[in-house]
Amino acid sequence: MTSNKRITKELAECTTHPPVGITVTLPNDSDLHTWHVILDGPEDSVYAGGKFGLVVKLPTEYPFKAPTITFSTRIYHPNVTNDSPGNICLGLLKSDKWKPSTRLASVLESVRALLEEPQPEDPLEARIADEYRTDRKEFEKNARAYVQRYAKGPVKFDASSAGPADGNASQPGAATATATATGSGGSRT
Amino acid sequence: MDTDDDFMSNVSSDEDMIQDDSDNEVSGDEDFGFDDEPDVYIDSQKDVEKKKAAYEVNYKVYQPSDVQKQQDDLVNEVNMILDISREEAAILLRHFRWNKERLIEDYMDRPNQVLDAAGLSQSSVRELKIRSVPGFACDICCEDEPGLESFALKCGHRYCVDCYRQYLSQKILGEGEAARIQCPSEGCNLIIDARSLDILVTPELTERYHELLHRTYVEDKDNLKWCPAPDCENVVECAVKKKDLDRIVPAVACLCGHRFCFGCALNDHQPAPCELVKRWLKKCADDSETANWISANTKECPKCNSTIEKNGGCNHMTCRKCKHEFCWMCMGLWSEHGTSWYNCNRYEEKSGVEARDAQARSRISLERYLHYYNRYANHEQSARLDKDIYHKTEKKMVQLQKESGMSWIEVQYLSAASQALQMCRQTLMWTYAFAFYLARNNLTEIFEDNQKDLEMAVEALSEMFERPITSLADPKLKVEIMDKTSYCNKRRVILLEDTAQNLAEGRWTFNTDLIGSSSNGGPSVRR
Repeated sequence: MTSNKRITKELAECTTHPPVGITVTLPNDSDLHTWHVILDGPEDSVYAGGKFGLVVKLPTEYPFKAPTITFSTRIYHPNVTNDSPGNICLGLLKSDKWKPSTRLASVLESVRALLEEPQPEDPLEARIADEYRTDRKEFEKNARAYVQRYAKGPVKFDASSAGPADGNASQPGAATATATATGSGGSRT
Repeated sequence: MDTDDDFMSNVSSDEDMIQDDSDNEVSGDEDFGFDDEPDVYIDSQKDVEKKKAAYEVNYKVYQPSDVQKQQDDLVNEVNMILDISREEAAILLRHFRWNKERLIEDYMDRPNQVLDAAGLSQSSVRELKIRSVPGFACDICCEDEPGLESFALKCGHRYCVDCYRQYLSQKILGEGEAARIQCPSEGCNLIIDARSLDILVTPELTERYHELLHRTYVEDKDNLKWCPAPDCENVVECAVKKKDLDRIVPAVACLCGHRFCFGCALNDHQPAPCELVKRWLKKCADDSETANWISANTKECPKCNSTIEKNGGCNHMTCRKCKHEFCWMCMGLWSEHGTSWYNCNRYEEKSGVEARDAQARSRISLERYLHYYNRYANHEQSARLDKDIYHKTEKKMVQLQKESGMSWIEVQYLSAASQALQMCRQTLMWTYAFAFYLARNNLTEIFEDNQKDLEMAVEALSEMFERPITSLADPKLKVEIMDKTSYCNKRRVILLEDTAQNLAEGRWTFNTDLIGSSSNGGPSVRR
């Protein structure tokens, strides 16, 4: 297969000279098409101190078709679906934008850049994007709560075991939502 | 007879086009000198002048070869005027959605920006060919064996031929992309031109590539549409814009015989405007009308919830299923009514009155809908049956020739009658959808009269048409059928002309919910 040489080379580059804050491992040596990536939350962002698991799947047509990347660690972010696994909206992964010369290292760097600077005008989670735009404090509080809850401790790459049980999972958001509702209600009366 | 025919040919269908010339010389001074020319559309001004009836639009049908020629002509023209290669001219035209004037104007003003935006970099022109470069390593597959064949566009981003081919086949076959395939290099928006493509790809891919390019030409131009008939490859050109659709119903007929609306590509739905047709079809498809009927005509047993239709006058209901006895009026237990038989006191209570009003309103609107729907559906079904008959007409005509000794030309009147029947039914069907949304004003009466006249004429013709062969051979009936056919066509034209004129001048008022969307037109049409 022609793509194996390219993937091997990319993998070697990513492991010997990893981009800042990115750790790449191969969970199964015989399968070059599934990568596990640990993303360190950028220092100057609300995700600082968190470790996020990413699962990178390379299609058999790679590099002619774009890889798919999902968050296996839950994250509170306008451009990542707030479930497990978290899907990412990244322009350069769309089929009309993807170029076969694009390297995975630069894709991963774009994902990390997205954590530094969310793109609320192109959201996957409209509610979080709204909050990001209109109530930055609340957004930061929620994002940090998610980091504390899900992105500390050993990184998991299995979507189903990505953090505490789902029943608890929605609690940080839900709890703060009711808090704001009563707060504003109180000020009105 | 003759006067009818002349009138018809002046305003109506394509079959009569041949006779048109003689009429035009008499009727249209403003057309003078233009009519001997074939139908070439030079500009919209002339379209307006040539227009004969309010319900007709000017359009032209192109065959695949015509479409190819149009593209080639445009490319050649731009190629000569701007002194750029044909490949570049084609890319620029596609970038400007085939708006030649804008392209030339913009290019004259700021050529470099235009070239950049269209993905044509200005860097040095290299010779485009496949070669092997010493020390080359492909950035996509990471192969670096000596003698590896590679290719680069003008931008100089060089990749091995295998990767290039795979990239192109992924784009062309996998994603159906043709006009805007960029150089495989990250961040390079140079577009791969047709000549480079020919160098790189295999013949079967080239074919698909040209097919896709051909398609983008039609899809890029707002005034072109594919004929929606299955297996038809023709293209119709019409100048009617989306924003005009609340004022005009642009019915066109393809060379394949398919009549459709240029606005929404559905079958011809004159006189009803597109937006209204969309709503009507949705309404008819919705099961909510069934639910409406149920809510208007039935109630549920208070005990077992079976749906009950009241079919007699007595309010003392006994559920057939659970034997529960209750009052239809107040839905309460019948036993509680004591001796006041047939006179439910609770009936006068406020909640009871409200419920009754709601039910009555629902019933009236349902009956109104069913009135129009039944007539619409009836014509739809008849049109389908008439179509079957049309397929049998030919057989009938052959048979008739044998029976009567008439020639093939002499039995053509049957085919004409059959076509008229179908067209008129199609029109009638949509008049009912149209009428459903029409709010009453002083014009609706005329519309209804026209509708009635056409309907009666059509039913009469339909009846004659179905008579046994033996009586069709009667020359008197032949004349009657020809007369009726002509009359039907004439009534149809009158109805369409009247509705189209009033639509164009905004004189119809539609039921409240339609007014909002038709006056600010665009968004709801596009949705």
